[in-house]
Amino acid sequence: MIKYVFSGVALTAMLTVGPISGAKAADKELHIFNWSDYIDTSIIDDFTKETGIKVVYDVYDSMEILETKMLAGGSGYDIVVPTDRNLKRLIDVGVFQELDKSKIPNLSHMWDEITTRLATYDPGNKMAVNYMWGTTGIGYNVEKIKAAMPDAPVDSMDMFFKPEVVSKFKDCGVYMLDSPDDVIPAALNYLGLPADSKDPAEIAKAGELIEKVRPYIRKFHSSEYIQALANGDICLAFGYSGDVIQARTRATEANNKVEVGYAIPKEGGLLWMDSMAIPKDAPNPEAALAFINYIQQPEVIAKATNYVAYANGNKDSQAFVDKAIMEDPTIYPPADVMKKLYTTTPNDPKVQRVVTRLWTKIKSGT
Amino acid sequence: MALTNSSSGHSRLRWLVVAIPYLWLILLFLAPFLIVVKISLSATAIAMPPYQPALDFSAGLGVLWQQLKELSFDNYVFLTEDALYWESYLSSLKIALISTFLILIIGYPIAYGMARARKEWRTTLLMLVILPFWTSFLIRVYAWIGILKPEGLLNQLLLSVGVISEPLNIMPSTLAVYIGIVYSYLPFMILPLYATLEKLDETLLEAAADLGCPPIQAFWKITFPLSLPGVIAGCFLVFIPAVGEFVIPDLLGGSDTLMIGKTLWAEFFSNRDWPVSSAVAVVLLAILVIPIMLFQNAQKKASE
Repeated sequence: MIKYVFSGVALTAMLTVGPISGAKAADKELHIFNWSDYIDTSIIDDFTKETGIKVVYDVYDSMEILETKMLAGGSGYDIVVPTDRNLKRLIDVGVFQELDKSKIPNLSHMWDEITTRLATYDPGNKMAVNYMWGTTGIGYNVEKIKAAMPDAPVDSMDMFFKPEVVSKFKDCGVYMLDSPDDVIPAALNYLGLPADSKDPAEIAKAGELIEKVRPYIRKFHSSEYIQALANGDICLAFGYSGDVIQARTRATEANNKVEVGYAIPKEGGLLWMDSMAIPKDAPNPEAALAFINYIQQPEVIAKATNYVAYANGNKDSQAFVDKAIMEDPTIYPPADVMKKLYTTTPNDPKVQRVVTRLWTKIKSGT
Repeated sequence: MALTNSSSGHSRLRWLVVAIPYLWLILLFLAPFLIVVKISLSATAIAMPPYQPALDFSAGLGVLWQQLKELSFDNYVFLTEDALYWESYLSSLKIALISTFLILIIGYPIAYGMARARKEWRTTLLMLVILPFWTSFLIRVYAWIGILKPEGLLNQLLLSVGVISEPLNIMPSTLAVYIGIVYSYLPFMILPLYATLEKLDETLLEAAADLGCPPIQAFWKITFPLSLPGVIAGCFLVFIPAVGEFVIPDLLGGSDTLMIGKTLWAEFFSNRDWPVSSAVAVVLLAILVIPIMLFQNAQKKASE
């Protein structure tokens, strides 16, 4: 609950001025802007203890907030953590500065598999270092799904896109991400079309598929489903792996007898990456580089993974990641599943307008 | 001599007192509005900020004149080409209108009761109306999520009492938006109503009773017309912010709740189209301000 309140506040604070740091304070201060609920805060404390650099840590709960702040300029942040296609768009606009890799020796620990995929968005891996990555997939309430449909295909997108299946869960509640960037590629992929299609005709087909199941979806929202799954308010959500796993953890902590499951769709799912980058107008880029280097120490980034239950892009950290997380195929998927995961690229403004308009039509019928 | 001095000092003070609100409005309303108008006339671009300014005030008057001649209203034309925009405006106006009406019906008896309560009670009652403001608006809307959601307090209560056997799906929906708006804006209706009703001269009602007018008729003939200024002020205070409401439909509304605030949000954040979203904002302001100006003019004429 607290998290939502804060993220709402972040939204209202959106249009106010970012942190203003005086020239003197800047040397000893590092401003980080990251997704909410996304770090073990002891890492930040340890960093401050080791370097004497004070960290001001702000959070957002939607990519749009970060992107708008970056586009407006003068945000005052030293490190931000955009997600793939937003990263690409911001790189194209020229928001970020090239990383001085000599200051980040810990890059030697990175995992090729992820670094190569990241190059789709950041050609030559010049501007960004992966923090965490995950998938979009199926979050569900084990018991309620079993009650509504004993032989439910929980590992297939049939759960959302097949009217005969999804209609069974209408009453117990179906949520979907309010993000055309995530849902439309999933629909394209389900139809056997290229997930990253920019062809308006193919995108329209994906739209038709979603419109057919629209009556069974209670709400499109990109974060409410975490709490809703954890409380047992809903039984099915198309969401981000880590968020669903967080819902599972919250339910276990609350001991409310709600069991939350997560599955990567067998048809394949989106592999997304959140990566750290330094804005051109960052007040303290030196401290930013120091932090990126600090967090990419295998032990440190493993600690972050153990806390948030997302996989990271640091190969050598895997020795320090909890066994339960390392062996969870929904967090670190086996090689054959990895192969099926797709990545997408940003839309140009015209296609984006088509997509947003289609999305509004799907949601509101207008 | 001394007389003129003091009167000029007096007028200077008066001038200052008048100037402060004007300065405030120019600085915090007119200037930002003009910036929004300027962006609405620009074209989008992949840049930082993401638009190509149509007017460049630093380039000199000659260039500026040229740019003024080339101004394009494409973004406004675009708003008329897609049904989404006017449907969002209409839907917002409808939701705001119905909410205002509901708030008036609920708020009037409350204000009336407060104004008729014993004098020593009134301050306490007034405090109770203002009390919710001590908690953040956002947190109060979140509290409604806790009440209205399928496994929320309301459903638990109704289920345990046995009124319903299946939880009601009140949230998310447009009904929940009405509940949220009515709850949040009720004090803005009660306060101006209470202010006018409290000042009402009770001897008028006594006179009406003495002359044999039944209380209900006396209410419609005396109390209600005299409270009209409060009704109008309250309706404006509620209606105007409700039209542009974003937080309540976003948190309580379903994905199919169409409101201009949400459409503007999508235009600004999802499409990253600052010019079109600015045009949406300018049109929204025009829709609100022009009828209000016409109304005030009509009122002025009527009072003359």
